[in-house]
Amino acid sequence: MTDVTDSGRRSAAATASPRQERGFVRRALDSDLFYSFKRSKLVVLAAILTACMLSAALFAPLIAPHNPYDLGSLNLLDSNLPPAWLKEGDPRFLFGTDDQGRDILSTILYGTRSSIAISLLAVVMAIVMGVSLGLAAGYLGGYVDSAIMRIADVMLTFPTILIALLVNGIAMTAFKGRVSSGGQFWILVCSIGFSFWVQYARTVRSMTLVEKNKEYVQAARLIGLSRPAIMFKHVLPNVLSPVLVIATINLALAIITEATLSFLGVGLPPSEPSLGTMIQIGNRYLFSGSWWMVAFPGITLAVLVLAVNLLGDWLRDALNPKLR
Amino acid sequence: MLAFAIRRLLEAAIVMVAVALLAFVLFRFVGDPVNQMVGQDTSLEDRMQLRKDLGLDDPIVVQFGRFIWNAAQFDFGISYQVKQPVTTIIASRFPATLELALTAAVFAILLGIPMGVYTGIYRDSWLSRIFLSVSLIGISLPTFLIGILLIYVFAVNLGILPSFGRGEVVQLGGWTTGFLTISGLKALILPSITLGLFQMTLITRLVRSQMLEVLRTDYIKFARARGLSDKAVNFGHALKNTLIPVITIIGLQLGAVIAFAIITETVFQWPGMGLLFIQSVQNADIPVMSAYLLLVAFLFVLINFIVDLLYVWVDPRIRIHGREA
Repeated sequence: MTDVTDSGRRSAAATASPRQERGFVRRALDSDLFYSFKRSKLVVLAAILTACMLSAALFAPLIAPHNPYDLGSLNLLDSNLPPAWLKEGDPRFLFGTDDQGRDILSTILYGTRSSIAISLLAVVMAIVMGVSLGLAAGYLGGYVDSAIMRIADVMLTFPTILIALLVNGIAMTAFKGRVSSGGQFWILVCSIGFSFWVQYARTVRSMTLVEKNKEYVQAARLIGLSRPAIMFKHVLPNVLSPVLVIATINLALAIITEATLSFLGVGLPPSEPSLGTMIQIGNRYLFSGSWWMVAFPGITLAVLVLAVNLLGDWLRDALNPKLR
Repeated sequence: MLAFAIRRLLEAAIVMVAVALLAFVLFRFVGDPVNQMVGQDTSLEDRMQLRKDLGLDDPIVVQFGRFIWNAAQFDFGISYQVKQPVTTIIASRFPATLELALTAAVFAILLGIPMGVYTGIYRDSWLSRIFLSVSLIGISLPTFLIGILLIYVFAVNLGILPSFGRGEVVQLGGWTTGFLTISGLKALILPSITLGLFQMTLITRLVRSQMLEVLRTDYIKFARARGLSDKAVNFGHALKNTLIPVITIIGLQLGAVIAFAIITETVFQWPGMGLLFIQSVQNADIPVMSAYLLLVAFLFVLINFIVDLLYVWVDPRIRIHGREA
């Protein structure tokens, strides 16, 4: 088995078997997981790409040559400039500028930042919601179980993108005109997060059903621990490893969903840089030949999603002993 | 079989009531119908009178009952934005979406299944690798990006295909169709590829993995030992046994196609229901939103129901299991 479940099981069983005193790094490098990671060049490439994009997004304010939020620095005379290596390009703007004279490279950096932030937060929200509901359904059973699973069944009838679109549309209509761009950010996080929880709930529930009959849970019950304590301290660590896999694959899906909603004009407002809104703006100028407005954010989005997808695929195979 | 069908039907009814409740809440509470209908200078008495006439003062349960009653008769009220009955607007948009979805589904099936069979049989050939790489890209690229790419190549650069609209359409009774004109067919090509690509990759991967599994089984080895031709083994024995999950996925994906049509229709300005829905979200046109919600939910539930029945009909094992339960 893998390191993740191993360590989980140890802490949960609270047996604290004396293991060889080895550093965490040493152990991680020796693990099966790292071995299968090293073996596939594509996965290493995907990991490097993801790491690069994550750090570029994290340090966007430090590395971006311009600040797209600073409207005072924009100059309409600089608008619609092609990339720097073309004839009419300006060396100040490596990837050219958009219709408002924003530097495409800087906007992509800031856009990736908000895209990743929204997707990560949405996935975290889906995990928190799905795992707690799944644990409750599996461990408590009875009415709680059937109520939660009925709702999950209804939601599973619809594609996630439609649910996200609906929740987002309803929230936007409900708070129409009263919501700032920060509010729209959180509405977007919630609508994407809400559309993803079902998968976690179902997985965690089915695993909890297995775990709750094991001896360590009975032991915990015998010494008189409360139900929340058993659920979250003892069962939870043992059901987490598939959650990790779903989360990685969901992250790619969340990035796509965020970009799609923003592209459809119901996500972030066009003034907020996000990969989806950039592509939406660029799409309007496609016929005038300004391909760079779509191409660079589009490539960034595609590479980001592809890299995260590859990582997720690899993680799923590596953590699933049946497929080996 | 009958008991199974009735149980499924009951579940479907519960889903529909839940969605109807959501649509009603949306309709009744998110946007105030009176405020949307009257001008700014309408007096308070007139508003009260209108509330009474619309039945907004009745108990909520009565209002919900009336909402369902009206919905069952396809009466969803008047659109705030266009000032026409919602049913008329949706009916005029429905053919466009259905034709697009069907073309995309046919495209996905006709390409996806052969590609899946090929990659399943010839696992390591270079063509299989190409197919699989294409399918990875198809899964990773967002739909709208594929649409934009196709528009850029075929409409902007090559200029051979239109980038928006349905082209010329022919009226057949109340149905507008783009199947009968050259420009209508040309206009269908790019949107249906965009819409069908994801489904195609899904079908390819599914058929491939199913083929890989089936080809390992004993009856395939036995069929080969009997000296049957490759064609008979691959298509007569192997493919046939992979089709049950494939049918399910295709059926369920038909619903997804309708949902993803929202994106494709926006990219190509295709005058279907999806574009209508996006516009209604942007304009807070709540009657259209709730009607679309109900209609799509109904289509989904219907498709799920049919797939469930088909599944039981195709695979007798489920029938026996269902009787035990």
